[in-house]
Amino acid sequence: MTRRYKWLLPAFYIVFLMLPIYWLLNMSFKTTNEILGSFTLWPKNFTLENYTTIFTDPTWYNGYIDSLTYVGINTAISVTVALPAAYAFSRYRFLGDKHLFFWLLTNRMAPPAVFALPFLQLYSEVGLFDTHIAVALAHALFNIPLAVWILEGFMSGVPKELDETAYVDGYSFWRFFIKIFIPAIIAGIGVAAFFCFMFSWVELLLAKTLTSVEAKPIAAVMTRTASTSGYELGLLAAAGSLTIIPGAFVIYFVRNYIAKGFALGRV
Amino acid sequence: MTVKLTNQKAWFLVAPVVVLVAFNAVIPLMTVVNYSVQESFGNNIFFWEGVKWFEEVLHSERFAASLMRQIFFTSVILLIEIPFGVAIALSMPRKGPWVSVCLVLMALPLLIPWNVVGAMWNIFSLPDIGLLGKALNSLGIGYDYTQEPISAWFTVILMDVWHWTSLVVLLAFAGLSSIPEAYYHAAKIDGASPWAIVRYIELPKMKRVLIIAFLLRFMDSFMIYTEPFVLTGGGPGNATTFLSIDLVKVALGQFDLGPAGAISLIYFLIILLTCWLFYTLTMKDEAQ
Repeated sequence: MTRRYKWLLPAFYIVFLMLPIYWLLNMSFKTTNEILGSFTLWPKNFTLENYTTIFTDPTWYNGYIDSLTYVGINTAISVTVALPAAYAFSRYRFLGDKHLFFWLLTNRMAPPAVFALPFLQLYSEVGLFDTHIAVALAHALFNIPLAVWILEGFMSGVPKELDETAYVDGYSFWRFFIKIFIPAIIAGIGVAAFFCFMFSWVELLLAKTLTSVEAKPIAAVMTRTASTSGYELGLLAAAGSLTIIPGAFVIYFVRNYIAKGFALGRV
Repeated sequence: MTVKLTNQKAWFLVAPVVVLVAFNAVIPLMTVVNYSVQESFGNNIFFWEGVKWFEEVLHSERFAASLMRQIFFTSVILLIEIPFGVAIALSMPRKGPWVSVCLVLMALPLLIPWNVVGAMWNIFSLPDIGLLGKALNSLGIGYDYTQEPISAWFTVILMDVWHWTSLVVLLAFAGLSSIPEAYYHAAKIDGASPWAIVRYIELPKMKRVLIIAFLLRFMDSFMIYTEPFVLTGGGPGNATTFLSIDLVKVALGQFDLGPAGAISLIYFLIILLTCWLFYTLTMKDEAQ
């Protein structure tokens, strides 16, 4: 391929990516009659009715609040506990460190389908079933190893002299860690938080299994609607379109860190 | 690489992670192991069964069939996504305002909940009112993913390519942007052809991130559940019933805890072993 036409491949790829998203948006602005009655490339009778339904019906908008709540809790927990652990892995050698690191990573390889049923029993047993914290903790299974992995990569990029100088200056470990070290790897924290957000936001199997009413994720609300009320495709499309927004926001904020984070963080 | 100090107190720093992950990983895993060696008749009454379930699963045609479908699916998507992702990363602009635009747009599919991806492709490929289905049918191709196994497979694979190629692109792009400008200057002075630059500078520099891309795509495609479940429900018939879909049917649908436990362990072991083998082999190659 010559240099001049090089841009064509990414351009076509992006068009290919946008087509299904466009179709979803297109459907969300149509009435049910138009969807089922005819094939139109853009909405002929433009309507916001589907969106109005979602924003006025608590079973719908609570789904979004529930999802964002457990995703938020999960991201906070995962990054907080991963920070000191990643520091330990990047700076010290200790008994069983390599095995421990590998064991953590194997949890990223565990199929959620394997854990769905035992999780249901475990969280029912400890009385956390149908709470946000249950889903947040369950998602920590694969997000903590990921966060440790990313943060460890970033921390290894920070020269050890930074730590040594601070200790010589009389900083205690925690004061150094919070005042100096965390600001030095803030980009890495951003990337780790991005990935925790992403994998918790998109996962459904565990989130659905661990909730029934109180903490039901939006994705599960959609599944229920699709199956019980027949063919409300417009409503489904509108709900789906709305789930793209939080992700788009997050990407926009971390856009400059993504590529760098991948390279440094050895994801 | 700086030398690490030996310090056993570092265990205190990793303790919270170990406690949280152990709670989530060890207890459920032991539950699965328990189920896999026992027979249950409800009411929490269990009988010791030894390796009976493992023998049954390993000899069952159903498990073999869904495993074969899984292996075929994973191989196909890896063969498409890795070269395609690398090609896109190589032809992307390296600097300037278009980089951000490309990255943001390409990352978008990665952040859509998996069942929404399934639902989106469901709507997109409907033979009568979906853009893809309608387009294919008007070209005279008999396409209906709810009836035709080939159509269903085509849709599931296209959906996965749509969903995950961007991850390979992002990783490969990150690898490329870590190549110092000096390498390109040197190549220019030597009069290297564009292909030689790709072959001898860019591909070797991307090797590490490509190994990671391969591993992540292998694991995640091997565990795929939600997207094909929402799109085809494993059908038509059992045509797209992958391992996770089959396992959930056995465990949460039929509540056959013994076989489900045995399938779970075999499934997990396959992923672990493949990752470990691949990682050791590629890293050994690197060390030489």
